[in-house]
Amino acid sequence: MSKERIKIAPEFRNIMPPEYRDLVDDATWGKVDRGWKDVGASKELIEEHSLCAGCPESMAFRYILSSLPNPEDTVMVGSTGCTSLVFPHVAVHNIHSLFGNQNAIASGLKRSLASRFPDQVKDVVVLAGDGATVDIGLDYTLQSWFRQEKFTTICFDNELYANTGGQESGLMQKGFVAKMAPVGKQFEKVRLPEIARESGCHYVVSCTVSKPSLVEKVVKNAVYVAREIGPTYLQVYTPCILEIGKQSMEGLQEMRDSEKPGLRFAYKEYVSPEAKELITEIATKEKERKAVAKAALAQSSA
Amino acid sequence: MKPYRVLPGPEEFLPPSAASMGIRLPDPDQGHIEGRIVPEEEAMERAARVFLSANVPTIFPGPLVLWSWNEKAAKKATAIQYLYDAIRESVSKRAKPMLIPMADYRPKYPKINPEVEINPNHPNLTIWHNKIDACMFVGVHCHQANLALKIIRGGTDCFTIAMCAQAGHEDANLTFRDATPEKIMNFAGWIKKLKGTV
Repeated sequence: MSKERIKIAPEFRNIMPPEYRDLVDDATWGKVDRGWKDVGASKELIEEHSLCAGCPESMAFRYILSSLPNPEDTVMVGSTGCTSLVFPHVAVHNIHSLFGNQNAIASGLKRSLASRFPDQVKDVVVLAGDGATVDIGLDYTLQSWFRQEKFTTICFDNELYANTGGQESGLMQKGFVAKMAPVGKQFEKVRLPEIARESGCHYVVSCTVSKPSLVEKVVKNAVYVAREIGPTYLQVYTPCILEIGKQSMEGLQEMRDSEKPGLRFAYKEYVSPEAKELITEIATKEKERKAVAKAALAQSSA
Repeated sequence: MKPYRVLPGPEEFLPPSAASMGIRLPDPDQGHIEGRIVPEEEAMERAARVFLSANVPTIFPGPLVLWSWNEKAAKKATAIQYLYDAIRESVSKRAKPMLIPMADYRPKYPKINPEVEINPNHPNLTIWHNKIDACMFVGVHCHQANLALKIIRGGTDCFTIAMCAQAGHEDANLTFRDATPEKIMNFAGWIKKLKGTV
């Protein structure tokens, strides 16, 4: 899709609901510097969501959507879970897969986009919960990494099946008792970031969404590396406040408490040598571009 | 068994798809009126009479024409505006023509604003709210049009017309097929021609 296509027919502009006019006029399509700081200042790519009040997943959605470097040419692939309640409100192309199939669908999609639009950059981003990524869809997740498919996989890790009332998932921490897992988890939390690294992912990060600047940085890196080199994986802690007995205002603190050094969501990152080189190169170019823009601004205001 | 006819509703909560009841699509240069295959010009005349006699004749343009995504879509938008103007000029003083967009197909929560838009997942809300008794779909993707047309037939008494760019819609009360800007203009011509006769 081209940005040129995001235009309302002039005959119908006055009858279009205002949110669509805002999307055309004030969204950040094609803006090089788009990022989380646009949240609240520009038209966001997510309308009112249908998640619970205070759900950290809604924060994660906002930061990720505002950080995609190329949203008009990005297709997101979702799966069953709380995330699938949000995708109908997202103004980015998206596909809902069967439960667990998301990485298989993304593989075919990325290949067909590359074949159909060889001269254009088309990004594919999988965004699914821990049940889809690690339990039901683990086979497809791993196989896409083994095959070095060039797309980003983002896992919203809330450590259980939240959408269906709190069943045990592979990413649940050992000993945790959930509403529908009364005995408590008997096994350790699956170490998917390490598995991702060993399976061929070139950029792997495990973090929370408490720091929007960090989310923006890792999302952009993951998309750029996936675009040029190979698979990337982000695992972000988006606690289900209902299932862990927290109030709406306590999601952010829960994430901060879980990311302290030594705890299970302390920031972890793996970058392959090729990815490191690419990220450095992009950062250098970005610095130069900003310096030029700053100089031009200074010159114009002088 | 009595042949099924695609009549305005309210038919029932879950009306059958017209195709499953033996209604077939028209061939090129044909349309259907309540399931009966007719020459296209006959369908044009009937549709024009329906709009001219309606209290709230309404056009529902869909994303394929609301967004200026290619030259043909832009021309169709111009033709639809021309048709709407023709309807406004030709209907009686008591009638209140409307142009309401179906901007996209996402189910909207908590609900849509029926005064400004129609959503294929609950089109009846817009029709009930505005007391629409005749409407035309144009530029709506086929699968969404089928869904919405069936819901309208199920729960409202609105007469539905489909100006379809593909093969037409069995589930509309009246359908055209292979819609082009010229065909939309021709329909506007019928509206003007029959002005004052209904």
